[in-house]
Amino acid sequence: MTPTAYLLLSALLFAIGAVGVLVRRNAIVVFMCIELMLNAVNLSLVTFARINGTLDGQVMAFFAMVVAAAEVVVGLAIIMSIFRTRRTASVDDANLLKY
Amino acid sequence: MTELPEVAVATGVASLAWLLFVLPALGAAILLLAGRRADGWGHWLGVGTVATSFVIGLAIFFDTLALEPEARTREQSLFQWFAVGGLDVDFGLRVDPLSLTFVLLITGVGALIHLYSVGYMAHDPGRRRFFGQLNLFVTAMLLLVLGNNFVLLYLGWEGVGLASYLLIGWYQDRPSAATAAKKAFLMNRVGDVGLALAIFILWTDLGTLQYTEVFARVGELSSGAALAITLLLLLGACGKSGQFPLQAWLPDAMEGPTPVSALIHAATMVTAGVYLIARANPIYDLSEAGRLVVAIVGTITLLIGAIIGCAYDDIKKVLAYSTVSQIGYMFLAVGLGPAGYALGIFHLLTHGFFKAGLFLGAGSVMHAMHDEVDMRRYGGLARYLPITFATFGLGYLALIGFPFLSGYYSKDEIIAASFGAPGWQGWVFGGCATLAAGLTAFYMTRLVLMTFFGERRWEQLQTADGKDYHPHEAPAVMTVPMVVLAVGSVFAGFLLYVADLPAFLAPSLGELVEPEGAVVAHSAVPFLVVGISALGVLVAWLTVGRHRVPVHRPEPVSLPVRAARRDLYANAINETLIARPGIWLTRALVYFDNRGVDGLVNGSAAALGGSSARLRRLQTGFVRSYALSMLGGSVLVIGALLAVVLA
Amino acid sequence: MNVLAQGAPGGDAVSVAEAVAFWILGPIALAGALGMVFARNAVHSAMWLVLTMLSLGALYMAQGAPFLGFVQIIVYTGAVMMLFLFVLMLAGRDSSDSVVEVLRGQRVAALLFGVGLAVLLVATVGRAFADVTPAGLAAGGSNWNGNVPGIGQLLFTRYLLAFELTSALLITAALGAMVLAYAQTRAHVRRGGQRAMVEARLRGDPARIAPLPGPGVFATANSVAVPAVLPDGSIAADSLAEIIDRTEVRPAPEPAPDDAHALTGRPLAERGGRGTSVEGGSTEGSAGDGSTAGTGVHR
Repeated sequence: MTPTAYLLLSALLFAIGAVGVLVRRNAIVVFMCIELMLNAVNLSLVTFARINGTLDGQVMAFFAMVVAAAEVVVGLAIIMSIFRTRRTASVDDANLLKY
Repeated sequence: MTELPEVAVATGVASLAWLLFVLPALGAAILLLAGRRADGWGHWLGVGTVATSFVIGLAIFFDTLALEPEARTREQSLFQWFAVGGLDVDFGLRVDPLSLTFVLLITGVGALIHLYSVGYMAHDPGRRRFFGQLNLFVTAMLLLVLGNNFVLLYLGWEGVGLASYLLIGWYQDRPSAATAAKKAFLMNRVGDVGLALAIFILWTDLGTLQYTEVFARVGELSSGAALAITLLLLLGACGKSGQFPLQAWLPDAMEGPTPVSALIHAATMVTAGVYLIARANPIYDLSEAGRLVVAIVGTITLLIGAIIGCAYDDIKKVLAYSTVSQIGYMFLAVGLGPAGYALGIFHLLTHGFFKAGLFLGAGSVMHAMHDEVDMRRYGGLARYLPITFATFGLGYLALIGFPFLSGYYSKDEIIAASFGAPGWQGWVFGGCATLAAGLTAFYMTRLVLMTFFGERRWEQLQTADGKDYHPHEAPAVMTVPMVVLAVGSVFAGFLLYVADLPAFLAPSLGELVEPEGAVVAHSAVPFLVVGISALGVLVAWLTVGRHRVPVHRPEPVSLPVRAARRDLYANAINETLIARPGIWLTRALVYFDNRGVDGLVNGSAAALGGSSARLRRLQTGFVRSYALSMLGGSVLVIGALLAVVLA
Repeated sequence: MNVLAQGAPGGDAVSVAEAVAFWILGPIALAGALGMVFARNAVHSAMWLVLTMLSLGALYMAQGAPFLGFVQIIVYTGAVMMLFLFVLMLAGRDSSDSVVEVLRGQRVAALLFGVGLAVLLVATVGRAFADVTPAGLAAGGSNWNGNVPGIGQLLFTRYLLAFELTSALLITAALGAMVLAYAQTRAHVRRGGQRAMVEARLRGDPARIAPLPGPGVFATANSVAVPAVLPDGSIAADSLAEIIDRTEVRPAPEPAPDDAHALTGRPLAERGGRGTSVEGGSTEGSAGDGSTAGTGVHR
């Protein structure tokens, strides 16, 4: 077994997250799916760090986590304000920006 | 390159030539710009400028007479008008016998008619403006004849067209006058296209438009180019001179005030076509066919004018068709080439006198008869308008060629020369011209009989606004010009004959050639023409003078009369051949524009709009749909990249 | 600290222990991910995601990234997921997704593209890294003093600028969240102070200066259900709440002699003709049978 297995796991997780984004309607769950995709990428970065023998990949993953944290804060705030005005957290209900 | 002949520079009195047209131009500018302040004295200024020009013209004329014939062609270059590329146009004047003859005619007759207008237009609130426009006309006409190149001629040509348009439409509140002005302008435009094209060809082939250079180098023209130029010049001349097939505007132009009819549409402007052909005689000398076409056009026109003139009851229309017919004589003359150029100008001069006098007489009659133009409402006016009757009668005799009056000399010479044309042409041209002389005698006698003799039909009639007719002689300011012109009608022919006008014109037009082998001997022609004319007079007296003239014109009438009353269907032909197809073409184009072009534009817009309306349905506003398309796109891009890498 | 100090996790080869850990944790992570996607309740989804994240944290440690592993567990699983749960509790906890998909073909297409993406990624990765030999973090020496010092050295040397920028990003995100989530109404500052309010009121901005009349003025009852009566006996319309409809009531058989309206001295017929019968309302009010006799509440 080689570290390639980690990469394959990462790819599967990423695809599952992508499908989740597409099929779930609750904005918070959609957001969780996005987090899953970010995590899958982080796993790849850590694995690449190991393959390359340098820590840069881990630092990248670290930055990705920081940015993800910031994103979660802002995204959840947006979801909160949408929920407050529209009394719903469904992404399908926020469809005013259309033809 | 051909050696150019030396042209003397105008010196002495002739150096005043520029004043000839500047004075009327000044008058026009003052009269048109000064506004109401000039109302009191403006008409006298108008008369004065033209009269002064006439005096200057006379001085230059006598100055020229004193010179040797070879030195009589002089030029005065005023300034460089414009220079574009190889085209260098001088604003220069050409003082030669031909232009001087025209200058004297224009300013002389013009001054008399200006004087007449002082009385005729006395009650018109726009008299000052009228004189301004008359002066403008004289300016343009003088530029036309004095210019030493074709561009200046074109300037004057368009200038007289403008003045003619303005003056025909003088009574702007009458729809008929406005329409007539527009018609004259448009039909002139048809001719102007021909003139412009001829000038273009001249410049393309010779690279110059200066008369001297063009005439010195006409030999370089190919025969085809010469023919094209002559025909195009003829088209321009036909438009301006009311010749077949563009004659229809001239009778309608009588909607203008009578002095305008006399000056512009009888004596001067309509003869510009004759001037053009005579001036371009070196080019016409090159093209036998071109000259023949000119002669044919002239013959057709003189017949048309004479025939239609017999049928009209409107005194001015009859005179107008008479003008058409007489200009046809001039065209026939210049179409005869060296045998006729000078004769055409000769007839032009005498015609200028007697036709202007006739028009002024007609104006006097109308003045007396509440602007009534229908001769059937006249009758027996000789007692009431003695001066008018006398002057009109003299003009009439001169026109029909009464022996030793003006028309006798000029018209008979043309007929004699046309008998001298080679082959069949002699018979056809001479025969037609003689026939038309008889017709001229007929319709003019009919006019005089209906107007001045017979029953006083107007006594039982009322004017359009319900008043009785009170015929009265015109004031002196109107009768004096008529008398002068009548004297001119009587003696001008004889004097010019004695003074040998053709010889005077020889430096400009070449020596007059006596045609050989005329089918009718020159000496016999006067007897023939006088006989035919007497016959015409007799027939007129038999048909009109002896009978009571009905106030309303009889209907129905025979086919020729009906045709003549309808201008030999000239308007109908124009309408059918030109106007209708034009309208159809326009409609087709509009339809094509609306349906085809607009349809294409609107259709593509509608297609875009419709497809957009459908395409925008893709923008559902659902984030998940967008995310799906992003994922799909990503998968496709990755797949494509892999396919490329692995391939 | 034993885990951190232990030799060569994330070495150049995959040890048996690591393989065992992977084959246990990997399926768990996958199961968590699938569970998150398929759970209908959002809280359950969050719980499944926590499971995946914990597994991933452990896998980080197994790959020689103990720092990231702990950050994953503490920050991600602990803080971020708690934030998610907070928001879930605030909003939409009870809104489990419906089974019916409203977008036509969305699920099929999503599945298709998801599988396609997975296949493509797996194929690419599997092909590219088929026989890779990891250099190992220990060999390169970048892990020379343990994982945390190594990362720290990189962060504060080579990636210092990015590090500082992330701190700015975090502060900005915090501010943004405050701005977005701040919901207090600001109606009390709208009018611009007491003086402006008085002037606006005198101009007739709220239509009347005085307060609305209270119920029961000049009436025979003080109940809120009884409208105020003006001195001439008519109803003060302002005293009635707009959301309360008046219902027609039967006119009283006879007015009470001590009725306040007698003071006006008007004839009875005129007063009786005034549409809604004040007398009726007040009479019944005075009859003491409570507040709702003459008026009814309709929404």
